[in-house]
Amino acid sequence: MTLEEYLDIGVRLELGNHTFEADEIKRFAAKFDPQQFHLDEEVAARSVFGGLCASGWHTAAMWMKQNIAKPYEDNASQWSGPEPLPVLGPSPGFRDLKWLKPVYVGDTITYYRTGLSLRNHPRRPGWKLLTILAEGAGAGDDNVVEFTSSLLIDTGLQSAGQ
Amino acid sequence: MKDHPDQRPIAFEDFQVGATISSGTKRITTEEIVEFASEFDPQPMHMDEEAGMASLLGGLGASGWHVCAIAMRMFCDGFLLNSTSQGAPGVEHVRWKKPVLAGDTLTATSTVIGKRVSKSRPDLGFVTMQHHLTNQNGEVVTEMRNTGMMLLRGDGT
Repeated sequence: MTLEEYLDIGVRLELGNHTFEADEIKRFAAKFDPQQFHLDEEVAARSVFGGLCASGWHTAAMWMKQNIAKPYEDNASQWSGPEPLPVLGPSPGFRDLKWLKPVYVGDTITYYRTGLSLRNHPRRPGWKLLTILAEGAGAGDDNVVEFTSSLLIDTGLQSAGQ
Repeated sequence: MKDHPDQRPIAFEDFQVGATISSGTKRITTEEIVEFASEFDPQPMHMDEEAGMASLLGGLGASGWHVCAIAMRMFCDGFLLNSTSQGAPGVEHVRWKKPVLAGDTLTATSTVIGKRVSKSRPDLGFVTMQHHLTNQNGEVVTEMRNTGMMLLRGDGT
């Protein structure tokens, strides 16, 4: 198994799904995003959204929860070496986060992770930078949230350029 | 920002390119870091002091998604809840530049870097901002750029 295979480059992996209920939408919003259309059904009905909907940060954080539940280490049994197993480090950030549609009470969102590319880290020998596409799709398989994220990978090798 | 002698919400017209908006400070506690991580990002360095110390974070560190959510709350309290905000279609980028550790005090500052009125909806405008979260040592821990939608007051003021 190559490093690219281990990191699912070119693979769109279904992570799992989550149904957003009113209670959790309001609980998250009360803490982090107390705009009325995330807190109050009546106000939300009169807003541009037309109904109570989840904070975009809630639907994005839910991707992370689903992502963590499907670790790359699930591929470890197929790692044949002789190189050490790669270690996934922290993420330096993400870009192009799009909230494409509101997520309303009762909506079920299916989350996906696709490995886009793997390249050498510009400054850290032995480290690589993994770029992934994160997606959450609702009814009709239309994306409601998506973003492009990156992750540091410690290959455990002196030179990851080989 | 223009001055607000009255109680009218902040509207598109009030955002001036180059102006800076402060959203105050917030101290980050161990309890809230662990609570958020338990629900959304249960990795050891966000859940356990020792695991955090042993990681690249160098201590119990908040999930990056938690930091984003905290920033959102600071923006809400700082200006969004008293504005004509209509939400945001997304975020151009977020850079988690340094760890946010338990006990840190974050300061949120937003700079208006662009604005335009919608072509299809003349009562709506787009305001692009560069946000910085800095810690008590003056280090930028997270940088974020996004474009939000704001209604125009539309009365020429």
